[in-house]
Amino acid sequence: MSVLLFAETENNTLKRNAAEVASYAAALAKSLNTNSLAVAFNADNAQDLGQYGISKVYNIINAPEQFDANVYAHALSQYISNTNATHIVVSSSADAKFLAPLLAAKNNAAYVPNAVALPNKLEPLTVKRTAYTNKAFVHTELDAEINIIGVGNNSFGTVEQFVDCVVENDSPEHTASNLDQVSMSKETGKATIADADVVVSGGRGLKGPENWHLIEDLADVLNAATACSKPVSDMGWRSHDEHVGQTGKPVSTNLYIAIGISGAIQHLAGVNASKVKVVINNDPEAPFFKAADYGIVGDAFEVVPALTEKLKAFKAQS
Amino acid sequence: MNVLVCISHVPDTTSKINFVENNTKFNTGGVQYIINPNDEFGLTRAIWLKEKQGAQIHVVHVGSAMADPTLRKCLAIGADKAFRIDTPAIDGGAVAKELAAFVTANSYDLIIAGRESIDYNGAMVPGMLAGLLDIPFIPNCVGLEINGNEAVAEREMDGGREKLKGTLPIVIGGQKGLVEESDLKIPNMRGIMQARQKPFEVIAPQQASAATQDVLYEKPAPKADVKLVPADDIDQLIELLHKEANVI
Repeated sequence: MSVLLFAETENNTLKRNAAEVASYAAALAKSLNTNSLAVAFNADNAQDLGQYGISKVYNIINAPEQFDANVYAHALSQYISNTNATHIVVSSSADAKFLAPLLAAKNNAAYVPNAVALPNKLEPLTVKRTAYTNKAFVHTELDAEINIIGVGNNSFGTVEQFVDCVVENDSPEHTASNLDQVSMSKETGKATIADADVVVSGGRGLKGPENWHLIEDLADVLNAATACSKPVSDMGWRSHDEHVGQTGKPVSTNLYIAIGISGAIQHLAGVNASKVKVVINNDPEAPFFKAADYGIVGDAFEVVPALTEKLKAFKAQS
Repeated sequence: MNVLVCISHVPDTTSKINFVENNTKFNTGGVQYIINPNDEFGLTRAIWLKEKQGAQIHVVHVGSAMADPTLRKCLAIGADKAFRIDTPAIDGGAVAKELAAFVTANSYDLIIAGRESIDYNGAMVPGMLAGLLDIPFIPNCVGLEINGNEAVAEREMDGGREKLKGTLPIVIGGQKGLVEESDLKIPNMRGIMQARQKPFEVIAPQQASAATQDVLYEKPAPKADVKLVPADDIDQLIELLHKEANVI
């Protein structure tokens, strides 16, 4: 028995979510009285997982440079069998959600995504996860020899726990890819909706794309990702990649700031896994106020620049 | 080209989510069911392919007769034939196994499922299906072209997009972007009448075993009322976010 985690990398560096997944895996291993191991692909800083309680990392140094779900799932399967891994921990990133079902099918494993906490029972293994697009939770029992848990973003947090970490660089044989990359476009150096601690989101209340500097300036101060409501992406003010909500990207961040967004039920479904929600809207009847933690009833064109300036001063002090 | 669209039958987004029998079952009372929105984007793209390039479109659902009206709607908007695999959908793994056996027994060039269902949000059936069949899989798909025996599809990933190509047969996890909402079809009277004549088969399951079981539902704790801060007292908001919420 052992706990094995898939530590994601980007540009040969561990992704931010690796820390949370490692913290979860280490805590799970502790409750199972076993050790936690990691598999990473092309991770130059693999030993950093030792900060989060991981004692051994198999670092695959001959992996395809770009994430390839099928190739990675095959490679991970070898480590699952070589280490007798029984509990596999992955994140809830787009890549992890691409990989985990393939991994489950290959290993005849049970898979539960969107877990919000450590298992509340070990026998049978029972995990609480979100359901009905964040309108409920469900406790799911996993009953297979190999069980895969997908940890919801920002649901467990990171727990620092320094241990000695041994990194073993490996060059296993890889299966051939069944997909070819034609092109990729990725914003670099910008916080993404999936990864950011803070997301600043704008709606129709901003009146037009020319006013988006309000959102961007506030996001800059907070090192936040920018997002938008569905009407905004439908009208072409912002790209669909920024659309959050039921049919757009899910948001589960620590702080979500909604500006000029009324809070349609489809929007709320997509964002209400976020821990703290702040709403700025000039309509006191906007449904979002019922779902928010903090709110300001006021004109976004006055409140947002003032908030940006005050936050700048606050950040400079602290 | 033979296209299979996998259909999930889900409560409408605006439905009240409640549970019965000591919180072990979803309360279906008064709930309006719809085609899972992500599946509908995929079905609409399949109909587009049929119109432009010629294709036979089958839809399949794993579950009870409760979903029959949803499958009839798929026929009314353009699918050619519907199948229902008559077994309760216990978990994503069991559904994927039922679908894999169905796909193996029939022959499809393209299998489209939704990115995820809006009830369980597992995003696992299409990938598991591809894994079981050992064929390529592209999730979060926002663009799809078929050229001969090759699929070119674009997936949304965290912070960007990736365009991939693979040889048919292939499994697609579709979402908005495959088509836009304005492209979605509302069944018209002619479609509804035609749907009555279209073949609809209920088939026996494989009795695939499930590896997970949902044992208890829980609703989120009631939320405290929003704390309103006056528009001219932004310092107070910053103070609350820093000291009380601990997020900045």
